Amino acid sequence: MARALIHVPPTAKRGEVIEIKTLISHVMETGYRIGVTGEPIPRDIIDDFVCTYNGEEVFRATLFPAIAANPFITFYTVATESGTLTFAWTDLHGATQVQSAPITVE
Amino acid sequence: MRHSRRQILQAAGAIAGDIGLLRLTVRPAAATPEMMQDAVRSAIGEAPVQKGKVKLDLPPLVENGNSVPCTVTVESPMTKDDFVKAIHIFNEKNPQPNVISVKLGPRAGRAAFSTRIRLADSQTVTAIAEMSDGTCWSDDIYVIVTLAACIEEPK
Repeated sequence: MARALIHVPPTAKRGEVIEIKTLISHVMETGYRIGVTGEPIPRDIIDDFVCTYNGEEVFRATLFPAIAANPFITFYTVATESGTLTFAWTDLHGATQVQSAPITVE
Repeated sequence: MRHSRRQILQAAGAIAGDIGLLRLTVRPAAATPEMMQDAVRSAIGEAPVQKGKVKLDLPPLVENGNSVPCTVTVESPMTKDDFVKAIHIFNEKNPQPNVISVKLGPRAGRAAFSTRIRLADSQTVTAIAEMSDGTCWSDDIYVIVTLAACIEEPK
């Protein structure tokens, strides 16, 4: 769907609260703008973002048209065990982009 | 056929009224504070909202409403018994009152997140946090926007 950037610390101490930054390139067209032909430009937004840590959901966001283009979301989670963080963005048409990042917990 | 002054004025008024109606139907109506209250109620139910515990960070003066950095932090130990369930952001004057709704749990460790939002006008932005015990806490901030989002034409 688009290019996504994720920043997860590669290593963390057990129990440490880590900051995760995500950015995905997307127009986030609101559906309220009028195009050059006078027709409204159809809405095209990512409306769901979810982060799972070894399969367990740790963060979920529902996005509305008031989120700026190229949605940038920063949040936190507790580093519990080594594994994979998986990020999934879903748009209004149901297309999902999944990306993951490994983490090593000492 | 001659028209009286009254007839002409009536006709002019009717045309002006039509234009007003047309404008209303073509332009998306901005959300109102009442719409925001409805959105708040549909998100959190009937729980009373108290001020405090939540910190909403937005620049008080925004040059470009298309991308406004926004951070919400909630005071909470984030333990198994006492954590923040959800955080919602609402606005008064964008076409839609909702901005973002976030679901959290004890696994988050810290009840905070940041994003970038669009603001169509100078307005009050509200953040509401739902706690695991069912209480709701809020913070709001009035933001002045000099260049509004949603009005510019695409290139």
